[in-house]
Amino acid sequence: MSRRGDRPMVPRAEFRSYYGQPIVRPAPWTHDIASYLFTGGLAAGSALLAAGGQLTRRPRLRRTGRVAALGAVAASGYFLVADLGRPERFLNMLRVAKPTSPMSMGTWIFSAFSGAAGVAAVAEVAPLLPASFLRRVLPPAGAVAGLGAAAVAPALATYTAVLLADTATPSWHVAYPELPFVFAGSALASGAGVGLIADPVPATRRMAVLGAALELYGAHRIETTKGILSEPYATGRAGRLLRVGRALTAAGVAGAVLGRRSRVVSALSGLSLLAASAVTRFGIFEGGMASARDPKYTVLPQRERLAGRVPDGPPPD
Amino acid sequence: MGINSLYGPLDPAPDAGYPDAPPRMGFFTDTSVCIGCKACEVACKTWNAIPDDGFNLLGHSYDNTGGLSADSWRHVAFIEQPAVDALAAAGRPEPQFLGMPGTTLPGESVPAGSRTDFRWLMMSNVCKHCTHAGCLDVCPTGSLFRTEFGTVVVQEDICNGCGYCVAACPYGVIDRREDDGRAWKCTLCYDRLGDGLTPACAQACPTESIVFGELSELHARADERVAKLHADGVGSARLYGHDQDDGVGGDGAFFLLLDEPEVYGLPPDPIVTTRDLPDMWKRAGLAALAMAASVAVSFLGRRG
Repeated sequence: MSRRGDRPMVPRAEFRSYYGQPIVRPAPWTHDIASYLFTGGLAAGSALLAAGGQLTRRPRLRRTGRVAALGAVAASGYFLVADLGRPERFLNMLRVAKPTSPMSMGTWIFSAFSGAAGVAAVAEVAPLLPASFLRRVLPPAGAVAGLGAAAVAPALATYTAVLLADTATPSWHVAYPELPFVFAGSALASGAGVGLIADPVPATRRMAVLGAALELYGAHRIETTKGILSEPYATGRAGRLLRVGRALTAAGVAGAVLGRRSRVVSALSGLSLLAASAVTRFGIFEGGMASARDPKYTVLPQRERLAGRVPDGPPPD
Repeated sequence: MGINSLYGPLDPAPDAGYPDAPPRMGFFTDTSVCIGCKACEVACKTWNAIPDDGFNLLGHSYDNTGGLSADSWRHVAFIEQPAVDALAAAGRPEPQFLGMPGTTLPGESVPAGSRTDFRWLMMSNVCKHCTHAGCLDVCPTGSLFRTEFGTVVVQEDICNGCGYCVAACPYGVIDRREDDGRAWKCTLCYDRLGDGLTPACAQACPTESIVFGELSELHARADERVAKLHADGVGSARLYGHDQDDGVGGDGAFFLLLDEPEVYGLPPDPIVTTRDLPDMWKRAGLAALAMAASVAVSFLGRRG
């Protein structure tokens, strides 16, 4: 495979393969799944933002967070169903609850979250209703649902990391210790981004800084500590995406901290954090796919592992 | 679920809930007698009514199938290799006697390993029916299941084409069919096994390269065959997928190879991805806590 002008991170190692064909198969997923990684995280981050606004009596944060969470969760539902080979059978996901399948667990997490987020968002229309039973019942129901969505949100934001890591895709699997932190941070930063656009109070700025810190730390570990399996994250399209993501995160955090006197700068920082989250998810997605397409990422680490296990090397040929 | 349900030696059918499971059945594919006739590919396609996989000329060997896929559940790999001995032989100055028809078997008077200047490796690849099957572990609909014979089968009326199994297989076997959207792979002829029949590929194999039977018997047969080949001077013969202590708990379909596994497109040391699943959930739990704590810290701080 040509790597068009990218500098290899590690010296080229010799390996054998069957006519250069891949060994493991890349996931048959389109960018719908990469998009879902972003929108699912955004939904979780927004629900947490809304709960924070709810508990600290900031109605604008609460309202924006809930609406953003519902919007993001609706988009997520679309992406998830659209990417199935048989979209009309999406309900088959609910046949079983299977702890060994992160996708099954995720389906239940997603269902619980979307129900709660839906009620919380619908409750926001209460003030627009004429005096009625609904108008009295909706706000407390929304409060309970909002807190419920926030309770499920961290699971929604991090299970997707397990979803990717629990595959034979070399660079996803090897990243399993850090990937949940990247996704948690990315979700927080995107939720904070919504907050910075809606109501840039100090709480949203702190959330932006903490989220970005988690995201940058995790991504840095993945890009530097996995030996040859870090290479797909540093080269090609994935490398470009992750570099852009890092720059956007840095710009977003700088704007959030330094631009606190300006609504415009705060909103731009929010946009930058949202874009950073999306681009980073696409980068992680692409990096894994690239590692599955090249047999070297399957063969070399496994050869190293075998060499480590048997000090005398493989049996003589 | 027992303690080894995710990793380690295990008899899969009883673990999956068959109290009176029949013996585990499988394939032993001995590549040293494969002649590359592809009868297994054809028999498999015919019996299972698999659609064509495109009539392609790949240009690298006699292999125009390319690999296992949704539409190829057996695949014969062809590898042409220069034999090391032949390179040395090429340096010999005196002319070579090409041989006249004789009464002995061809090549009998020449030591093994120097009989030709190149060798063809041929191998009929198939789903491994792993003891710890990543595809089955991650399937979110329950479409993939463990049969009473210890094999792994997709129920095509349930599969919704999520594609997770495709990414989870450490061998790159299971695949999603383009036009139909569902995942397909070898069933070890589950429909024939129930009637006491041999799977189509093994039935069609003219050289008994593909042997079907009880896994424990196949293991004994394979050990014998390797010992015989080593005694005959074929030192490169080795088994692949037979070891219940390997990363997938051993395969239901295992092989005798004449070179490193990666030469045949097989992973040298596959590990079922779900071995690490408990650790993965722990790390995700930690990250989720960090997330909740970050929000709490953010909102509990100064309002100013």
